Amino acid sequence: MSVELLSVNALRYGGLGPVSLTLEPAECLGVSGPSGCGKTRLLRAIADLEPWSGAVRLSGVAPNTMDAPGWRCKVMWLPSESQWWGDTVGLAHFPAHAHDATLGYLHELGFESDVMAWPLSRLSSGEKQRLALVRALVRSPQILLLDEPTAHLDAENEKRVEACIARLRSEKKIGVLWVSHNLEQLDRVADRVLSLPPKEVA
Amino acid sequence: MNIIELSWLDVGLSAIPLGALALVFWFLKLRMTRTLVIGAFRTWLQLTLVGFVLKGLFVQARLEWTLLFALVMLGVGTYEIVRRQKHCFKGGQTLLVAVFGLMAAGFTVTLYALLVIVGVKPWWSPQYAIPLLGMILGNTMTGIALGMDTFTGAVWKQRAVIENRLALGESMQDALADCKRESIRTAMMPILNSLAICGVVSLPGMMTGQILSGSDPVAAVRYQMMIMYMIAAGASIGSVLTVHVISKRLTDARDRLRLDRLR
Repeated sequence: MSVELLSVNALRYGGLGPVSLTLEPAECLGVSGPSGCGKTRLLRAIADLEPWSGAVRLSGVAPNTMDAPGWRCKVMWLPSESQWWGDTVGLAHFPAHAHDATLGYLHELGFESDVMAWPLSRLSSGEKQRLALVRALVRSPQILLLDEPTAHLDAENEKRVEACIARLRSEKKIGVLWVSHNLEQLDRVADRVLSLPPKEVA
Repeated sequence: MNIIELSWLDVGLSAIPLGALALVFWFLKLRMTRTLVIGAFRTWLQLTLVGFVLKGLFVQARLEWTLLFALVMLGVGTYEIVRRQKHCFKGGQTLLVAVFGLMAAGFTVTLYALLVIVGVKPWWSPQYAIPLLGMILGNTMTGIALGMDTFTGAVWKQRAVIENRLALGESMQDALADCKRESIRTAMMPILNSLAICGVVSLPGMMTGQILSGSDPVAAVRYQMMIMYMIAAGASIGSVLTVHVISKRLTDARDRLRLDRLR
C-alpha cells in the first residue's frame, strides 16, 4: 500500500470548492476546467498563498507545522506568467549553493550556461517560462504545482519540459499537479485528470 | 532693534502681483484662476484665524488650551495623510496608523525638544510648544504620507513579483524588502534635500523670522539647527514606523500577501 504524498480534503478557497484530491509519489494529476473555475487559485491555496479552509497534508504533515516559506519550498507553485526582479537572469533568482544543479537543469531545458548573464529584457516569454522551471527545480520541491507550464513554448521545448518533469517523477518521486487547457497534453503527461466544475453563479 | 510692523495695507500691496497674475491667467484661459484665488484667500483666512487663536492662547497660557490646539493639529495632520493615500485599508485602519505615526514620531520628538533641549518652564508654554510642534508635525506628516503611499503603491504594482518570490520560498520580509527600501527613501527625500541645501540655497523660514525680529543670527542659526535635526528625526521615525506597521497589516501569519485588506 502506498503512502499519499499529498492529500487535499474538502479544500475551500475564496468562495470556491470544496475540492478533494490525492497525489501518490511520482504521480501526476492533470487539472482542467473552464476558464474562471478556480484552477489557478486551487494551486495558490495549496501553496498556502491565499486563505483556505479544509485539510492539506504533505506526507501526512499539515502546513501549519512548518513556517510558510518552508512549506512553499516543498510545495512549489509556478505561476503561468513568471516574474523576475533582478537585472540579469542569474542575479537574485537562483540560490548560489545550487550551482551544479542549476547548470544541469539549464542544459536539460536547452540553455547554455551563459544564459545566467543575460539581461532580463532580452528574454522571450518562452525562455522565461523554461527558466522559471529551472529556478523552481533547483529548490528541490516535493510537489510541483504547474500552471500552464508550456503555454509559451514551441513544440521542441514543450517536449523538453515534459521529458524533464517525467524524469523527475521517476527519479525523485515528485508529485505534480498540472493545470492545462490542452486535454491532449494532459492525456500525455498525467495519470489521471481532475475536472473542476464551472463556478456556480449565485 | 524693533521689527518694522506690516499693516493690513502692506499685506494688500503684497497681494497685487498675485491679483495681476490671476487676471493674466483668466485672459489666457489657463483654468487656474479659480485655484489661485481660492488658495490666496485660504492663506489669508487661515493665517488670520490662527493669528487670533495664538494671540488668545499666549495671553491665556493654559495647558488645556495648548493641548486642544495640539489635538486639532493632530486631527488635520491625520486627515492630510489619509487624503494623500491612493490605497487605503478597509475599516479605517489607515487612519489609525496615521494617528499612531504622528503620535509616536511627531509628538515624541516635540516632547524631547521641549523637555530636554529647550527646557522651557512650564514645558507646554504655547509660545514654544506650538511652533515647534507645528514644524515637526508638518514634516512628520509629509514623511508618513509619502512613505505609506509609496509603499502600498509599490506593493500593489509588484504584487505578482512579490507572490512569485513567496512561491519560491522567500519570507515576506525578504519579498517586501525592495518596496520598503523604495518607500522609506521616497519619504526621506524632501528632508534629506533640505538638510543638504539648508542655508545655502534657501534660508529656513523660522530662522529668517527670528533674524527679522531682531535676534542674533548666530543664536537663530542654533535654533534652526535644532529644528532641522528634530524634523529630520520626526519624518524618518514616522515613515519607518508606519511603513513597518502597514507591511505587517498587508501580510498574515502564513506570510501571504493580503491585498484584500486594501480598498
